[in-house]
Amino acid sequence: MTENLDWLPVAFAGMMALAMLIYAILDGYDLGVGILLPEANADEKDRMIASIGPFWDANETWLVLGVGLLLVAFPKAHGIVLSTLYLPVASMLIGLILRGVAFDFRAKAKTQTKTLWDRLFFAGSLMAAMSQGYMLGRYITGFDPSTGALGFAVLSGLCVAAGYALIGACWLIMKTEDVLQRKAIKWGRTYLLVTCVGIVSVSIVNPLVNSRIFDRWFAVPEIFWLAPVPVITAVLAILCYRSLRSLPKEGDKHCWIPFACTVGINVLAFAGLAYSFFPYIVPDQLTIWEAASATGSLLFIFYGVCVVLPAILLYTAFSYRVFWGKAVPLKYD
Amino acid sequence: MDPLALARIQFAANISFHILFPTITIALAWLLVMFKFMHHRTGDNRWMAAYGFWVKIFALTFALGVVSGITMSFQFGTNWPGFMETVGNIAGPLLAYEILTAFFLEATFLGIMLFGNGRVSNRVHTLATTLVAMSTSMSAYWILVLNTWMQHPVGFEMIDGQAFPTDWSAILWNDSLILRFSHMMLASGLTASFLMAGVSSYRWLRGDTALGVKAALRTGVTAAAIIIPIQIWVGDTHGLDTLKVQPQKIAAIEAIWETEQGAPLLLFAWPDEETRSNKFEIGIPKGASLILTHSLNGEIRGLNEFEGGHPPVAPVFFAFRVMVGIGFLMLFVSWIAAWQMRNNDTPSRRVGKVLVWMSFSGWFATLAGWYVTEIGRQPYLVSGVLRTADAVSAVPAPALLTTLVVYLCLYAFLLVAYVTTIFYMARKGSNLGRVEELPKEEINALGVAG
Repeated sequence: MTENLDWLPVAFAGMMALAMLIYAILDGYDLGVGILLPEANADEKDRMIASIGPFWDANETWLVLGVGLLLVAFPKAHGIVLSTLYLPVASMLIGLILRGVAFDFRAKAKTQTKTLWDRLFFAGSLMAAMSQGYMLGRYITGFDPSTGALGFAVLSGLCVAAGYALIGACWLIMKTEDVLQRKAIKWGRTYLLVTCVGIVSVSIVNPLVNSRIFDRWFAVPEIFWLAPVPVITAVLAILCYRSLRSLPKEGDKHCWIPFACTVGINVLAFAGLAYSFFPYIVPDQLTIWEAASATGSLLFIFYGVCVVLPAILLYTAFSYRVFWGKAVPLKYD
Repeated sequence: MDPLALARIQFAANISFHILFPTITIALAWLLVMFKFMHHRTGDNRWMAAYGFWVKIFALTFALGVVSGITMSFQFGTNWPGFMETVGNIAGPLLAYEILTAFFLEATFLGIMLFGNGRVSNRVHTLATTLVAMSTSMSAYWILVLNTWMQHPVGFEMIDGQAFPTDWSAILWNDSLILRFSHMMLASGLTASFLMAGVSSYRWLRGDTALGVKAALRTGVTAAAIIIPIQIWVGDTHGLDTLKVQPQKIAAIEAIWETEQGAPLLLFAWPDEETRSNKFEIGIPKGASLILTHSLNGEIRGLNEFEGGHPPVAPVFFAFRVMVGIGFLMLFVSWIAAWQMRNNDTPSRRVGKVLVWMSFSGWFATLAGWYVTEIGRQPYLVSGVLRTADAVSAVPAPALLTTLVVYLCLYAFLLVAYVTTIFYMARKGSNLGRVEELPKEEINALGVAG
């Protein structure tokens, strides 16, 4: 093929990033609901789980797509990244397995075992969230095996869990009412603070542990058009906090604001990270062009994605419209 | 322990655990569509009651399939990085298309299928159910395209140790795909129908008079009785095809060491790789030649022609006999039950009990069949192209062993929980399922249940 197809790996990196971002938001809120579960009573637990029941499976599919694109478009990177992160990947998978099955078992197994499945649901959600954050931390430090870097990864694990709890609380504010909604607002305030502390510390440590990122962030003139990212993030955080102070309002007005702000923060944090690493897919080791599959195969997938992805987005939107509004208890019997 | 062996055991454990659930849901989804269709057509509430019970089993089974499937998408990379590095240009697009055209569709419409009743019209609900059924089958298609290609690679060329596709239509419509795909779909049909027959029989034997129990029992028995002879025929044809494309696998299945004319069909033997011969042979003279070449003196190539490149003989030989044995047991039991039910609602209690015991017989046959075909592909990961040993990752043995033990414990726990919950739901169904006394809205609401 003589035609220049250098844009193809970039397009695939973009799609993979998009899938991961959508995953972090969508599965973020349902993992977050799982993390918040122990703080609710039995009746509220049912309602919380009902609010994510129709969505969790499709939400997790974005992870499969993200990892799938890594696998098919950048097989070398898939091998390096996942072999290095072998243990946290396994712990994330075990978490996701426990939580995914607890969903069904808690409603269908013997009533006596429901508490067990609720605990597993919480434990699985927390395990998955922490493992993902830990992997992100390891990735940011370029898989540096030193104690400091591992400590940073643990910190990142905690931040991601807090961030998921935040977006989970914001989701519940939209999907529930009365006592549970007020509880969710309280959870939202707590985890917003924790998340902000987390984002700030990751942002400080990140350029310190990685000199290439330092150069990227503080180079002139890039710093000027990069500056809006932290500024807008801060504005959104403040907006989110004010909204959480004023909710709930008459007629449930503005109950979507915290969720929207959190999604915004998520997108910006993600964009910041993506900017820091581009064009590397394995930090400082492998660029997306070095890791990419044969162009013929990539094109074959690319055409498919162009047709199918809009359809996926459309019917996902349809599903959210069907389940619009406050969650009602799911009927199991 | 050897990292290669550990990586293989771990992957085999995951993929074996995973396949149990899709094997049920692929066909169960179509049975659910049939229940809805019968209800639309006849207005008979028995079908809706049967749907209401079985959609709950479906949801539970589907969840187990999803979570164990996510594990698979990671283990391709963690356990077999050499696989994607060598044949990623072919395997990659196939996996990507599976995710894009099947996973999202089934996951999204599953939500509407399970929880959408009352929020969408009945018509849209039936459409959602049908889309879920279509996408689970679609997912089976893509994965079997990939598996068929690994068994019988076509439409590619090797450049610098990497496979490049040269003919996608040859890959997508591989000669032996239709047999392998039908064999798997029918296996799923048998697994789901024996599960339905077994669990319904269990409810009936316990004196459960709930609506829909007998309808489901009849559906399960009838489907099984119709599918099993087709499956035996497809399986046989598949064997003939395998003789052409993978003769070493057939030699292992039949434990034939030396190329011979008029090879016997061994009913039992103890294949010994050390001496490269069998002990304790019991066979039907010329049987294998007759079945495989349709001629008493047909020639079958023996394992010694493939020395160093044929699979381990004993596991393939025994797994094949387990699969075929269960297949004929299925034929026998389902036909007796169907015969007894020709004028009755139910079979005899004795046959009913046998059906209960055979609830999960499809699992054993399916696993045995997959072991035949996948162990039969060894020592290659992709026949003739990539050896399994060359694809294994550098993950150290202790990490593999630790995670293997954790996975195994988790899978054992989940299997026990799954099987006991299914029978618990069957018993609970007996106490709650007096559907005939419920008003119509609540009968409809049964369809909502997840």
